[in-house]
Amino acid sequence: MHEYSIVASLVDRVDEIAATRPGAIVRKLHVRIGELAGVEIDLLQTAFATFRERTVCDRADLAIEAVPAVWRCKSCGRDIPAGTVLRCCQQPARLVSGDDIILERVEMEVRDV
Amino acid sequence: MCEDCGCGDAELVPIDVHERILAGNDKLAAHLREHFVEAHVLAINLMGSPGAGKTAVLEQTARATRNLRLGAVSGDLATDRDAQRLRAAGITASSITTGSACHLDAKLVHDALHDLCLAASPVLARGVDGRGLPPAPADSPGGRRCAPPDRLGSWRELDVFFIENVGNLVCPAIYDLGQAANVVALSVTEGEDKPLKYPVMFRRADLVLLTKIDLLPHLDVDVAAIRDALAHVMPEPRVIAVSGKTGQGIGEWLAWLEARRP
Repeated sequence: MHEYSIVASLVDRVDEIAATRPGAIVRKLHVRIGELAGVEIDLLQTAFATFRERTVCDRADLAIEAVPAVWRCKSCGRDIPAGTVLRCCQQPARLVSGDDIILERVEMEVRDV
Repeated sequence: MCEDCGCGDAELVPIDVHERILAGNDKLAAHLREHFVEAHVLAINLMGSPGAGKTAVLEQTARATRNLRLGAVSGDLATDRDAQRLRAAGITASSITTGSACHLDAKLVHDALHDLCLAASPVLARGVDGRGLPPAPADSPGGRRCAPPDRLGSWRELDVFFIENVGNLVCPAIYDLGQAANVVALSVTEGEDKPLKYPVMFRRADLVLLTKIDLLPHLDVDVAAIRDALAHVMPEPRVIAVSGKTGQGIGEWLAWLEARRP
């Protein structure tokens, strides 16, 4: 599905970063995927394993941190449990985390000469 | 480590990034958003399952409006049938055939927008004061590639631009297209718990068009149950019940659009 397009964007960005350190090998990518981001983590791993070949990421592992969705009341600040109506204090709840797709960190193997 | 003499230890260097992976798409989408607002064009990202009634709602909208100049781009994996239907209804429309891509992205919309030729259509020809609209300057973006007999014009002359997304309740929600609002078409035939199964999509909806309400007498559907399901995935559920067949509810939908025009 769209996990391929996300891998494509990820690899393009890592390519740009790797270009700043010529000769370095990309060893690990750290990514955070929100529960409500619309990305299936297993599918992303599979897509990465497939589409990293012949790219700068072809020797890299992908570490994915799943970020849970947290809904909070704008007024009283309480966390609204999943599976309940998303309102509190007569107001719509706010999603404070869990909908992002973030590249956190890239680990590169650099050789001292 | 160097294989020959053991010199040159490898060192693992962490590089902090903290960026959205779809930043490239987001940047182009933000650019599109600015253009739409500056041109006073209301851009609507219309999503929904295949068969939810997106095209039918747009056809009814074109029939019902007295003054709005409508344009659309229709995304589909194959065929341009949706765009053909929209043009027949008087909407300037072009299609994006995505092949295997399950969603539209900002680049596809950007390219389609600039290739949108304003063909002479009943809605456009009316103009504000009954006279035809003046031709756009020869170098206006979107006008250049139009060949006669299409009238030179640009998407900037539209009042509302619909991006009819690929029929899919999963992927399209993720990609910003520069729209002013997300509208999700949900048919009464899809099951009362549909919203609970697709929280990512429904959370992003500014409006849910509950479609095919003309079928309600034939179904065992509890509309209150659908609204309740929406309240569990949308913090501010806003629903307009419509029929693409009878036109019921389309007036309320048009009023919703009017209120949002930039």
